Amino acid sequence: MRMELIQPFINAADAVFAESLQAPTRIVDLSMDEETYRRKGVAALIAIKGDIEGRVILDLAPEVAMRVANQLAGAPLPESEQVVRETVCELANMVIGNSVTLLNDQGFRFKVFPPEIHANEEGLGGGVDTEAMVLCIETPCGEVYLNISMHYLHRRRRDQNAVAALD
Amino acid sequence: MQQFQALLRKDQQPVRYLVVDDSVFARKNLIKMIELFGGEVAGEAGDGLTAIAEYNRIRPDIVLMDITMPQMEGIEAVERIVRQHADARIVMVSSVGYQENILAALQKGAKHFVQKPVKPEVLYEILRYVLGDDPNAAGAPVALAGEHHS
Repeated sequence: MRMELIQPFINAADAVFAESLQAPTRIVDLSMDEETYRRKGVAALIAIKGDIEGRVILDLAPEVAMRVANQLAGAPLPESEQVVRETVCELANMVIGNSVTLLNDQGFRFKVFPPEIHANEEGLGGGVDTEAMVLCIETPCGEVYLNISMHYLHRRRRDQNAVAALD
Repeated sequence: MQQFQALLRKDQQPVRYLVVDDSVFARKNLIKMIELFGGEVAGEAGDGLTAIAEYNRIRPDIVLMDITMPQMEGIEAVERIVRQHADARIVMVSSVGYQENILAALQKGAKHFVQKPVKPEVLYEILRYVLGDDPNAAGAPVALAGEHHS
């Protein structure tokens, strides 16, 4: 996995949370993961297809999502599953939107799919490229997890062709 | 919390806004800022079709319009509103701020663009400009407001 594809997502996530919450944030944990992703709270999965392909998962505990929502709305919101889902979706959209803006302006062309919310007990991910960068961002509202798996499309095609040639 | 001088219409009445975003949470965030600027929320909509109907009903001074929404996206809604009301002042508010998106919105008649997460001070300056309240900003280029420089 190439760091130049991952870095915009890390920078965007850090900036989005710091700016949205008007408070400093900190990346407290960064690791590689090759397992199927195990959700920690309510997770939004956004798929990307084009010159670069992969997926990003933003994962927050429901109580963290409510704290973020209350802070951004400027008043306590009624606690509900819908508010939690909307908050996770909106945060994921902001992180992805800011990241893809950077990548798009570098000349990459790709399509970003709407966030899919996962709140069940099953794992996420699977598929061909499950190697992912996992990071935890500490915010004043609680911990936020980001799981990023991203590849150049031409590299994947070349790898797949190489495997096919070996068969 | 940062204080802002109230943005008023030429008749000294509060500026009336229509806030369009499919996320209630995002609308509340914008409404909080509008209140900080001394504005009045005349209406809300969660998709482009409702936004057009609401525009015709309330004739707001400013529309804050998300791009990605169900039923009808923001850029198409802008095109339809501007076709009927050439004087409509619409500011696009979106997470995705790359050039093609901005150009498409401006070509359809939007007046400006601000990227989420919206900073109150950035939105305030854009609204001043769009309302024609800041003569110094009249020749300012359309910036990628909210763009990160980290």
